[in-house]
Amino acid sequence: MDVVGLKEISSDVVVIWQWGFISLNATILYTWMVMALLTIVSWLVTRKLSVGPKLSRWQNLLEVLVSAMRNQIREVSQQEPDQYLPFIGTLFLFIAISNLLAIIPGYVPPTGSLSTTAALAISVFVAVPVYGIADKGAIGYLKRYVRPTVFMLPFHVMGEISRTLALAVRLFGNMMSGTKIGAILLAVVPLFFPILMQVLGLLTGLIQAYIFAILAMVYIASATRAHHEKEENNKHLSKGER
Amino acid sequence: MDHISIIGMASIITAGLTICIGSIGPALGEGRAVAQALSSIAQQPDESGTITRTLFVGLAMIESTAIYCLVIAMILIFANPFWDYVVSR
Repeated sequence: MDVVGLKEISSDVVVIWQWGFISLNATILYTWMVMALLTIVSWLVTRKLSVGPKLSRWQNLLEVLVSAMRNQIREVSQQEPDQYLPFIGTLFLFIAISNLLAIIPGYVPPTGSLSTTAALAISVFVAVPVYGIADKGAIGYLKRYVRPTVFMLPFHVMGEISRTLALAVRLFGNMMSGTKIGAILLAVVPLFFPILMQVLGLLTGLIQAYIFAILAMVYIASATRAHHEKEENNKHLSKGER
Repeated sequence: MDHISIIGMASIITAGLTICIGSIGPALGEGRAVAQALSSIAQQPDESGTITRTLFVGLAMIESTAIYCLVIAMILIFANPFWDYVVSR
């Protein structure tokens, strides 16, 4: 079953249901399905948690996921992960689940549409100054833009915009090419090759989710870190003096 | 030649050139990065976690240039605005 035709580049054009000017396309439908899946599974699992040595299988899975995410965030940002876990963890889980569900026939990954990836990248673009200002205050954050000299201001702004664009286009290109290559191979060599490319696509999808989350964390950490480094240096200095 | 054949020919040839030239640089760069990371892991196996994570992030950065070329090629073939304009006229 091929929901998105070979001729179409994105799943936005597949309109499933339309009422007046409100239309429901495949991207929105699958996005909401992934969100519902994530929410319902986590609600069902966290409904009865146990602190004893006997865990349920699903609680064990979620604990492994959450602790792995906390460790990665701690290693990348060199800060305590509690503040960043909701945002970064949600990004990772959403992208990973929407990429991995591609093994289900008839499912189109919503990340294979530029609208979804642009929305995710814009949320990172907004989260960077939010975390930066919450950490250092508005003036302290804005000082970063004129750090070596004032002449660096346009380059900082350009860098912020281009890295947001890169985040969006990277995820979109990877996922779109994965499904597109599957469809093209299905038309050329339909016997065994598409399965191999599909397996490779699963690996690519997981790696892309990881990279998206890590890059978001790196960008946020770069907006908040300098402050902490200075504090650490001061701590070390005062310790050395004593 | 009429407009349709000129636009079709130019799009297809440009799409092929885009993806073939655009994948040379990232391929060389990724090869160098992986080789360097492997020798670093061989020298310091304890740091393999950090090296692997940095390698993945760097590879994604390098690969995104190739992905841009792929997106351009895909747009030229599947969603070419000039083609749509000429066909609709």
